[in-house]
Amino acid sequence: MNLYEVHLDNFTGPLDLLLHLIKKNEMDIYDIPIAAITSQYLEILDAMQTLNLDVAGEFLLMAASLVHVKSRLLLPKVVDDESEEDEDDPRAELVRRLLEYQKYKEAAVALDEQPKLNQDVFSRFAPEPEVLEKCDGGFVEVSLFDLLAALQDVLRENPEPLFHTVDVEQLSVTDRINAIMSRLQGHQSLAFYDLFPDKVERSDIVVTFLAMLELVRLRMVRFMQNKRFGTIWLMTSVEVTPDELELGEEALGYS
Amino acid sequence: MAIPDLVPLVEALVFAAEKPLDAAQLADILEAEQMNIIQALDELAEFYDRHPRGIFLHQVAGGFQLRTRPEYADFLRKLGRRRPFRFSRAAMESLAIIAYRQPITRPEIEYLRGVDSGSVLKTLMEKHLVRILGKKDVPGKPMIYGTTSEFLELFGLADLASLPTLQEFSELTEDAGVDGMSPSHLAASSEESDLVGSDGFSSEH
Repeated sequence: MNLYEVHLDNFTGPLDLLLHLIKKNEMDIYDIPIAAITSQYLEILDAMQTLNLDVAGEFLLMAASLVHVKSRLLLPKVVDDESEEDEDDPRAELVRRLLEYQKYKEAAVALDEQPKLNQDVFSRFAPEPEVLEKCDGGFVEVSLFDLLAALQDVLRENPEPLFHTVDVEQLSVTDRINAIMSRLQGHQSLAFYDLFPDKVERSDIVVTFLAMLELVRLRMVRFMQNKRFGTIWLMTSVEVTPDELELGEEALGYS
Repeated sequence: MAIPDLVPLVEALVFAAEKPLDAAQLADILEAEQMNIIQALDELAEFYDRHPRGIFLHQVAGGFQLRTRPEYADFLRKLGRRRPFRFSRAAMESLAIIAYRQPITRPEIEYLRGVDSGSVLKTLMEKHLVRILGKKDVPGKPMIYGTTSEFLELFGLADLASLPTLQEFSELTEDAGVDGMSPSHLAASSEESDLVGSDGFSSEH
């Protein structure tokens, strides 16, 4: 057996490694000698371990599948003279995956060879890595995922405390709605993060967030942002004074 | 025949615009018929093809943009506007799979690659090349992913249909003398498969 020089980084995964072995040994992909390829594959895994490299679980899983395929090959076939060929070749699934994988591996190389903006071709406006947020352009709707990501940011900055709170504070979504609306008065918009003061209770954050969602549902504010991943703004869509609001906690269903 | 004044006007707008402009936007700005705009764009593209200019009109991400010719890349890089970067092979593989198979879920990507792709996917999303399109209506509601218009801009593609054609079948008749998986090995294999023209311009026409 040859000694293989192993560069783990050079293989993006077990399929990549298998393709490499098939090419190296000039094997026929439609008739892979499973025993030979398995022993070479395992040799490489051994070498990886000798080099103290962490062998990713996927590589081990593939080794197990190879052994499994080999064991199925060894079992006597149920003889069915008509269609004993390819149909139930235990290697078929592996071959299909290898061919499919190879297709995308080549596509990746082809794609990588396309002249790339700011690498091979240049336009006048190269987008700077850290562009300042521009406020001139139009607004786009905030997607649910952006909104959830923003909530998660706030929650992360205010982790759950490790102690128990004994005193119960009554938080009302209605009150919070009114608070937000009065803060919005005279402003066209408020930044999402500005509504969450520093060092605030998590339950407080939740109530504020629920209040925002209620306001959106009532079509009194809208979530907008200038660009993807930009600041999320709460924008008033109608002029409503807080006292015009007649919202009971029951009406909102948070009582 | 395009209205004569329209060609330089279109050129000026495309030159000054920050992002690729499409015919509809140009027609809007110039208050002209979209058909005339398309003619003007054609004429402009032809002009840049015929005369040896440093820039050319590139159809990209559904619009048009003036870009420097790829053959001048070595010199333009010396301007040092951008630190050159290379995608890892894992990133390119995942990006190619998403580009050709979108909408696609993470488990589907991982099945094709045979390896966990979570962190690669995260990097591609951070670079705004891939985005979440929504959720698939199957048990578990997995996220589905697709490419962005930034992806088309980066690779100079007019649309997804101008991705290099997928090679359905390719025999594994590699020159077996190559040892290990060096970058040169990769380059050699792609030259053989000849998926893109050497100039990479084919999508333009």
